[in-house]
Amino acid sequence: MLANLHPYFIAAIGGILIGLASWLLWWGLGRIAGVSSIASEVLAAPTHPDTWRWAFLAGLIVGGCLLGQGLEIPTLPTRPLYLLIPAGLLVGFGTVWGSGCTSGHGVCGLGRLSLRSLVAVGTFMAAGMITVTWMRGTA
Amino acid sequence: MTEALQSSPFRAGRLGLAFSAGLVFAAGLVLSGMTQPLKVLGFLDITAITKGAFPGLWDPTLAFVMGGAVCVTLLAFAWTQRLAALPVFAHQYHAPSLSQIDLPLVGGAALFGVGWGLAGYCPGPALASALLSVDALIFTGAMLLGMLICKSFLSKKAKIGS
Repeated sequence: MLANLHPYFIAAIGGILIGLASWLLWWGLGRIAGVSSIASEVLAAPTHPDTWRWAFLAGLIVGGCLLGQGLEIPTLPTRPLYLLIPAGLLVGFGTVWGSGCTSGHGVCGLGRLSLRSLVAVGTFMAAGMITVTWMRGTA
Repeated sequence: MTEALQSSPFRAGRLGLAFSAGLVFAAGLVLSGMTQPLKVLGFLDITAITKGAFPGLWDPTLAFVMGGAVCVTLLAFAWTQRLAALPVFAHQYHAPSLSQIDLPLVGGAALFGVGWGLAGYCPGPALASALLSVDALIFTGAMLLGMLICKSFLSKKAKIGS
């Protein structure tokens, strides 16, 4: 079924699902679906008595695993360790310092018409594009 | 308030809803191709737009994902509080309170963007594929460590400041 649809159309449907999940969390719990904030708050206070953050992360990890396997999403290695590890450290440090990532600033912040999030999205998109262009030059 | 938070149907509702939101979020990420770092890097590779007829070798998929998602959240954040004075399983809406454009915002977003461009993973897709791909698992471990380092750096700074 999926194979017959244009990839851009499937991508937009996926985006709509991400938006609906964010709506669900706002309508149900009054919380922003920002993955980096939720993950870093769990790290900072893992035994916090209100465990909704653990439940959200469990849904994200289990859902990704089951559906990824079901749809046979390729999981080929893409980057060597000497890039993966610094990349992870930068993403972790940067999203905490900048208070959000693609979901918190991108999906939710832009939806809230937040100027801070617009600046953040412009900055991380530009930094990502410059990095990829620079890597292409060195590779 | 704390009594209501501890009542078991309320608690179960909160957890069930948060878990479901995580599941739907993951479904959106997987379906849209965002758990495949090469697709994300293909979007960030903006100079490829000049290679051949538009869009050249550039992969605009991520723009459709963001577009679809933001269409929904624009409606969500405009309407929800008008339709429901309180969230279903909470006693208030927790809207972010910061409004200043400052160094942490821009510096943090820039560092995040560099890391995103190096590996093609951001936090959501990394966690959603952590059990499927060794790369995603290693990236996620490093990301969590980076978060802890920043948290401790920020709390030290707060102590010096006070």
